[in-house]
Amino acid sequence: MSRIQTTFARLKAEQRKALIPFITAGDPSPKLTVPLLHGLVAAGADVLELGVPFSDPMADGPTIQRASERALKQGVSLRSVLDMVAEFRKLDTTTPVVLMGYGNPIEAMGWETFARRCAEVGVDGALTVDFPPEESHAAFEHLEAHGIDPIFLLAPTTRDERIAAVAKLARGYVYYVSLKGVTGAGNLDLSAIEEKMPHLRRYLDLPIGVGFGIRDAATAEAVAKLCDGVVVGSRIVQEIENSTEQNVVANVAALVYELRQALDRA
Amino acid sequence: MRRRSRHSSTRLSTLSYNYPDLGGHFGQFGGIYMAETLIPAVEELSQQYLRFRDDPEFKAELAYELKHYVGRPSPIYHAKRLSEHLGGAQIYLKREDLNHTGAHKINSAMGQALLAKRMGKKRVIAETGAGMHGVATATVAARFGMECIVYMGAEDIQRQAPNVFRMKLLGAKVVPVESGSRTLKDACNEAIRDWVTNVESTFYIFGTAAGPHPYPMMVRDFQCVIGNEAKVQMPEMIGRQPDAVIACVGGGSNAIGLFHPYIEVPNVQIIGVEAGGYGIASGKHAAPLTANAKVGVLHGNKVNLMQDENGQIIETHSISAGLDYPGVGPEHCLLKDIGRAQYVAADDDEAIAAFDALCRYEGIIPALESSHALAHAIKIAPTMAKDKVLLVNLSGRGDKDMNTVARIKGITL
Repeated sequence: MSRIQTTFARLKAEQRKALIPFITAGDPSPKLTVPLLHGLVAAGADVLELGVPFSDPMADGPTIQRASERALKQGVSLRSVLDMVAEFRKLDTTTPVVLMGYGNPIEAMGWETFARRCAEVGVDGALTVDFPPEESHAAFEHLEAHGIDPIFLLAPTTRDERIAAVAKLARGYVYYVSLKGVTGAGNLDLSAIEEKMPHLRRYLDLPIGVGFGIRDAATAEAVAKLCDGVVVGSRIVQEIENSTEQNVVANVAALVYELRQALDRA
Repeated sequence: MRRRSRHSSTRLSTLSYNYPDLGGHFGQFGGIYMAETLIPAVEELSQQYLRFRDDPEFKAELAYELKHYVGRPSPIYHAKRLSEHLGGAQIYLKREDLNHTGAHKINSAMGQALLAKRMGKKRVIAETGAGMHGVATATVAARFGMECIVYMGAEDIQRQAPNVFRMKLLGAKVVPVESGSRTLKDACNEAIRDWVTNVESTFYIFGTAAGPHPYPMMVRDFQCVIGNEAKVQMPEMIGRQPDAVIACVGGGSNAIGLFHPYIEVPNVQIIGVEAGGYGIASGKHAAPLTANAKVGVLHGNKVNLMQDENGQIIETHSISAGLDYPGVGPEHCLLKDIGRAQYVAADDDEAIAAFDALCRYEGIIPALESSHALAHAIKIAPTMAKDKVLLVNLSGRGDKDMNTVARIKGITL
C-alpha cells in the first residue's frame, strides 16, 4: 500500500478526516521549506501538498502567485523541490507528500526522469493542474511505472463522463475544487458541495479531498463533515506571507493546529 | 538539387493537410491543457462552434457584418514606389489596416461575438497586448450590447495609451495586470482566471490562434478571410499567385489567416516573421520559432515556447506590444515542423526602418507588428528579380504606436 492509501485507511479506521495543507516550496525561503513541512506534520497535517513554483500559475489566485514569485526569485526549481523532499524524508518516512503544480516544469525535465526522481526521494503523488486526463496518458504511464499516484482535480462543472474517466486514472485521492474560481477565492457554497459528494461517490472509490476557498476553522469543520479530507492552501500561504523568518514555522503550526481541532470536531 | 527534393517532400506532406484532429492537435502541438474547471467550457465551445460554423444563417450574418460593418474585402495595394526604391521584387500589401478598428483583429472578434450571441453569453472578456484585439472586442461588444472586460498588462497600458482610451470610449472596462512581466502573457493568465470564475456567463474572445482547442482552429477559420480574399485578388491583379506570402507572427493570427489558404497552393513560399527584439543572440526577443525554442505547455496548448532549462517562462522583449509573447500558435509550430513555412525574425531596428520606409514611400503608417513583416520583405526584395511578387500582410495601422515611435526618435508629442 502506498503512503497515501495507508494514511487514508488509518484515518477511516479512526473516523477522522484528512487535513491536507498546501505550501509552495521555497516560500518564504528554500531553507525554511523542510522545517515548515515538519511543523505542519507536528501540528496535525495528514498529507502534505507541496507546490512547485511556476512563472504563470493560471489556476491560482494572487496569494499563491506571490508565493511562486518569491520562490522563483530565490532560484527554486523542480530539481530543488525534489531535493527538499529527500531532505524531509530523512526524518519523516510516513507522511505522504504530493507535488502540485503546472505541467511545463515537468515537461522540461521529462516525465520519466521526474517519475524516477519522485520515487527516489519519496514523493507519493503528483497533481498537474493543467494536464487533464486527455493529454496525460503517456505522462502518467511513467508515474505508474514508478508507483507515483496521479492526483486529479474535479470541478463543479465536470460532466459525468469525465468523472468516470478520471475515476479510471486517478490514484490516492481525488481533489474536488469546491468552487468556480481560482485558489483563494471566497465564494464557497456548502450546500452545493453537500449535493455533489454522493454523486461523485457513485463513480469514485477513492477518498475525496475538498479544497479552494477554505479560509477558517469553521468552514474547514463544515466541509470536513461532507468529505474525506480538507485542503487548505491560500490561507496558509497568507500566514507565511504575514510572518517573519523567525516566527513563520510557529505561526503556520498554530494555524494548522487550529484547523486540526476543527476537523476533529467534524 | 537538394532544394528541389526538399520541396517535393514538403508538397507530399501538405497534400493530406487536415489539422487539427478532434482533440485539437496539430501534430504534436496544440491540445487542451487546462484546469478541470474550464474543460467543460472549451468542450461546449467546440460543440457550439462546430454546430454554427456550417450553419447558413450564421455564415450569412458573419458575411454581412464583415462586408457592411468591418468593410471587407480589404484591398490589395501595389507598393510601387517602395518596390522601385528597393529595385527588386514587387511588394504588394494586403490592407488589413483598412478594416474598421484598424487591424485584422476585428475579423475574429466579430466571428466570436456572433458565436457568443448564439450561445446566450452577455459578458465577454479579452486579453490584449497592443490593444488592437481589446479595441476589436470592445467594438463588437458595443455593436451587440454585451458587457466587456479587457485585461491588459500594466506595461502595455503605458505603451498603448491611445488604444486604452479607445476601449474606454467604447464602454469596455480595462483591467491593468500588474503580475509577472506586466505584458500580454500576464493579461492572458488574468483573463483565464476571470473565465474560471465566471465560466457560465462569460465568453472569452481569444485574441490569437493559440490557447486551448478550439481557439487555434476557430480563430484561424475566422482569419482565413484574409488569405481567401488574397487568393482571388492576386490573380485579378497580376494574373497569378504571389511568389511568397509574408506576415508577422506573435501568436500568429493574422499570419495563419493569410497562410492557411495557401498551404496547398504549390510554389507559394510562406514566410512568418517573428519579433527579433534586441536580436536572437541577445536572448531578448519574442521569436520562439526562429530561436528553436523547446516545446512546452502554456495557456492551454503545447507549442514552441521561450523558457529556461527549468521550464519557467522567460520574459520576452519586442518593441511591438502585439508580438511580445513567449509562445506562438500551434499551427505555426506544425508548419515549421513539416517544412511548409519558414520562420525568420526582424529585430526592433529593422522594424522601425521598415515603418519609416512605408510612411515615406507610400504614405501608409503601418503598425509596428506589421512593420516586422515588411522589414523582411524589404530585406529580401532587392535580392530577387523584378518580376517576383511578395504579398505582405499589413495587419494593422500604426496610429496606436505614435507614442512608442516618437519616444524612440526622441520626440515629445
